[in-house]
Amino acid sequence: MTPQLAVFFVLAALAVAGAINLILQKHPIHSALSLIVVMVALAGLYLLLGAEFVAAVQIIVYGGAIMVLFVFVIMLLNAGVEEHTSLSKLAGGPGLLLAVALAGFIAATVARSSDSVQAAAQNGTLAPTRDISSMIFKEFVYPFELTSFLVLVAILGAAVLAQREKS
Amino acid sequence: MVPTSYYIILSAVLFGLGVFAFIFKRNIITMFMSIELMLNAVNLAFVAFSQALGKPDGQVFVLFVVVVAAAEAAVGLGIIILIARNRQSLNVERVDLLKL
Repeated sequence: MTPQLAVFFVLAALAVAGAINLILQKHPIHSALSLIVVMVALAGLYLLLGAEFVAAVQIIVYGGAIMVLFVFVIMLLNAGVEEHTSLSKLAGGPGLLLAVALAGFIAATVARSSDSVQAAAQNGTLAPTRDISSMIFKEFVYPFELTSFLVLVAILGAAVLAQREKS
Repeated sequence: MVPTSYYIILSAVLFGLGVFAFIFKRNIITMFMSIELMLNAVNLAFVAFSQALGKPDGQVFVLFVVVVAAAEAAVGLGIIILIARNRQSLNVERVDLLKL
């Protein structure tokens, strides 16, 4: 087993364990903390793939900004332990079956086609960050500008939704 | 060198766990977190294929997905705060009417 494969299995086990812990925990703050574990493990996997820029974005935006927002809202709303009715417990069985079938189907289909991807790969090394930036600002400049409008609309929407009604 | 199929299988497993968490969880914030888990799983597949093909396209798409996830988190958490204020509950089973 090469060192890279060993690192992959450690990080993959960490990510899957975090995702399972997200489901098992009853309190939302514990689920949020295990989601942070998943995100840090995925950032490590991006580094293993050679995508330093995506790893940095993953840590800063997901691990930093988005999860801070989640933890802030959980504490603001003073969210407690979730309660399950008998009907929602019933949904667990078919839901598990459905999720396993979906994951198996996706893994089988994509893993089979990824052999042809591996065959078509020229070198297997990842493009440096300079290539990503030139692609964003050349080929993808129109979608990139549209995302700035998306963020603007999201800021306005969040501000309108969260404001108190005038009494 | 880790084979690309390993990353894809891990991505599919994480996506499946996200789907199951979305179905099983009853707290609206935890359901929202499972959507983020699914987005992360898709990002892993994007980067793995980008590495396999040696092209930066996949990483550019990951950047767009992250921007959309951040915008979604801002608006979604605003909606959650509204629901919690009007219903005094975060359980989705208590939110079964369109009218607030």
